[in-house]
Amino acid sequence: MADSNPVSAWQRFLAAPNDSRFKTLLVAFLVSAICAVVVTGATVVLRPIQQANRAAEQQLRLETMLNGIPGMSELLADSEDAEISTVVVDLDTGRASQDITPETLQAALDDPANWTTLTPEQDMANIGVRPNYQQIYIVRDGDDIELVILPVFGAGAQGEISAMLAIDGDMETFAGITIIDHVETPGLGARITEPGWQANFNGTRFANDAGEIEFAVARGPATSDFEVDGITGATRTGNSMTRIVRFWLGPMGYGPLLDAIRRGEF
Amino acid sequence: MAAGNLWHTLTEPLVDKNPITLQILGICSALAVTTSLDTALTMAISLTVVLVLSALVVSLIRKHIPGTIRLIVQIVIVASLVIVIDQFLQAFFFDISRRLSVFVSLITTNCLVLGRTESFSRNNPPFPSMVDALGNGLGYSLILCIIGSLRELFGNGSILGFQILRTVDQGGWYVPMNLMLLAPSAFFLLGGLVWAIRSIRTDQAEAPEYAPPETAERAG
Repeated sequence: MADSNPVSAWQRFLAAPNDSRFKTLLVAFLVSAICAVVVTGATVVLRPIQQANRAAEQQLRLETMLNGIPGMSELLADSEDAEISTVVVDLDTGRASQDITPETLQAALDDPANWTTLTPEQDMANIGVRPNYQQIYIVRDGDDIELVILPVFGAGAQGEISAMLAIDGDMETFAGITIIDHVETPGLGARITEPGWQANFNGTRFANDAGEIEFAVARGPATSDFEVDGITGATRTGNSMTRIVRFWLGPMGYGPLLDAIRRGEF
Repeated sequence: MAAGNLWHTLTEPLVDKNPITLQILGICSALAVTTSLDTALTMAISLTVVLVLSALVVSLIRKHIPGTIRLIVQIVIVASLVIVIDQFLQAFFFDISRRLSVFVSLITTNCLVLGRTESFSRNNPPFPSMVDALGNGLGYSLILCIIGSLRELFGNGSILGFQILRTVDQGGWYVPMNLMLLAPSAFFLLGGLVWAIRSIRTDQAEAPEYAPPETAERAG
């Protein structure tokens, strides 16, 4: 029987007129299937290398940001008591996590039980779910906290923005910001990566005397202590940054942690 | 004879039928990635690789592509190759891939690639198709490298990161032309290049589409 022989079936398929419905469908299917395999293969094989690249870049951004904060590189170089430590914090309690270390953080976050679903009112940064644990960096000089560096992320105008906020030891002023990843429009929203704009954060207060978060990206030049300059043509990106910062410094983000540090309990 | 033909296929797109300056194809990416020579080179190599491989694949299955879905089949092949190249760049040339951002993925929609597969590879055997694709890729690369090196040299005073003209900031004499780093300068350079080529190769100049109206003689 010719039908049972795959070779002759293949030959009949090739010999079929190109415009027959059967051949059209089969060619479309085969091309898509082969392309899917090639694309998936390339992605899976190359992913570990790409992740290593991203991690290295994140480290580099962190160091660049620290060097950009006035006095920080001198402090780290000169003072023997100054050091950067990496801490995993439990966002709900605002304390260092007892049983999760930076090494086991990734495994912990693979467990959906360690994520909190946000209600629409809480979810200012538009992220849907929030991890219960975050890895932060603390710069201490002896017992004093000089700086905390908090990773944040949330929805931008085009896609996710992730960044790191450096906060001064007084827990109410920014020391700096660095953008880790974004897909904003080049030339407009993507200007959040420019050092000139990021320098705006240095010295900007985010909380008023009552402890309420007042930070905002202005429309146009900043008009108060709590604002940074807006970027022309990037109003939506600016609004996103406002919401991301407000969310992460608020009660569902690092709020409990900042309170604990202010009380000197950390 | 055949070798002569192939040589002709390879060299013709360099100047005589250059995809950018004669056909004005693929200029979107040509303008966007030419602020420095290394991004221009990476983009040129990526596009050439995609072009040659897609020519090979399309040409191999050319007798079995149903006419009704031929464009979709070609686009799927091109898009898959582009994703693979993009992933490859992200893994091994991370910094450059960051600066190229979306433009590598946009090779998919580059009319140059689809133009070659549709007009040449679909009707020719694999080897000549690859030669034709390589020629067009090199023609594209040539223009990108010319514009990229001009923009980097005059915008930054450097070529491939090596400082040629010491800028004022570095204590030298050269004041960088910031315009060169902005998109319009690429238009000016490309326009100048097209003009220069068409002045020398007058056969490339297009006939004017309409004649300006005769100015009426003014009395007195």
